[in-house]
Amino acid sequence: MRVAMLLLLAAFWLAGPASAEVQEVYDFDTRAEEQRYQQLISELRCPKCQNQNIADSNAPISKDMRDQVYRMMRQGASNEEIVGDLVARFGEFVQYKPPVDKRTIVLWAFPAIAAIGGFLVVAGVLWRARRRNEQDSALSDDEKRRAERILKDQGGSSDR
Amino acid sequence: MKRVFLFLPLVVALAVGIFLFAGLGKDPTKLDSALIGKPVPEFSLENLADPELTMDTSVFKGEVSLLNVWAEWCPSCWDEHEYLMHLARDKGVRIVGLNYKDQRENAFRFLNRLGNPYETIIFDPEGKLGFDLGVYGAPETYVISADGIVLHRHVGVVNEQVWQQELLPIVNEARGES
Repeated sequence: MRVAMLLLLAAFWLAGPASAEVQEVYDFDTRAEEQRYQQLISELRCPKCQNQNIADSNAPISKDMRDQVYRMMRQGASNEEIVGDLVARFGEFVQYKPPVDKRTIVLWAFPAIAAIGGFLVVAGVLWRARRRNEQDSALSDDEKRRAERILKDQGGSSDR
Repeated sequence: MKRVFLFLPLVVALAVGIFLFAGLGKDPTKLDSALIGKPVPEFSLENLADPELTMDTSVFKGEVSLLNVWAEWCPSCWDEHEYLMHLARDKGVRIVGLNYKDQRENAFRFLNRLGNPYETIIFDPEGKLGFDLGVYGAPETYVISADGIVLHRHVGVVNEQVWQQELLPIVNEARGES
């Protein structure tokens, strides 16, 4: 029984994750080039199957895009040139990371805006709470004298 | 003064609500073409019917055209074909076909069975022009101006509603200008 279990586990382990990893055979001169290629295709989005990058997608259009990335890399194009070339064809949709420009500045700045806004709210609440404390505890001179008198009287009466 | 701030959450909720509501009816699988306002990419491809004849962007010059990307293997292309026939025959619309990643004999079989609404057909077996156009799912239909400028792209089937509401206004405007 235990042996059977072990065999079963081994089978699962050998089977590995059932992800549809797509691999064409591309030749790269160096390991660094290959890593650059992998990096690029994992950052480009498939226009057909919209929530996959072109590295994972089996769609024919993704294969065309991978071919183009490879071809341009062989021609010595930079990452910006390759991404720019695909954006010129398929639109900015294919970039998972939108570039920082006029239209996307709000998007990019939003985390900072939200953090600063949150900080201001917290600071405001603290400031008001402190001011209220000070106001509550602050007695005018008259009030202080009166308070002292009352306390003295009480002290005297408790002695009796 | 302080009471005004009590309405702040309501205002924020309304703003977010309006923003999200505006996005509700949109189909996220329909992308705007990156080529709008730009010329059709240069190409040099065979004519489907006549392999000897080389075609290029001059095919779009002189008249407003629809460029319809189709293939025999594409099920939706079968669906929209009847309407394309109607456009070409009854409305006098000039349609240029782009036979995309297809085989000649399959393309001929398709046309023999359903009819040919195209004035001429570009044969693009490797999808080269398709790739340059940013075609990501056939059928796609482009409105091309008389100067060969891409005016609009529709992804998916063309039917009466798409023609009347989406394509015809653009075609009319382009015709008026030229």
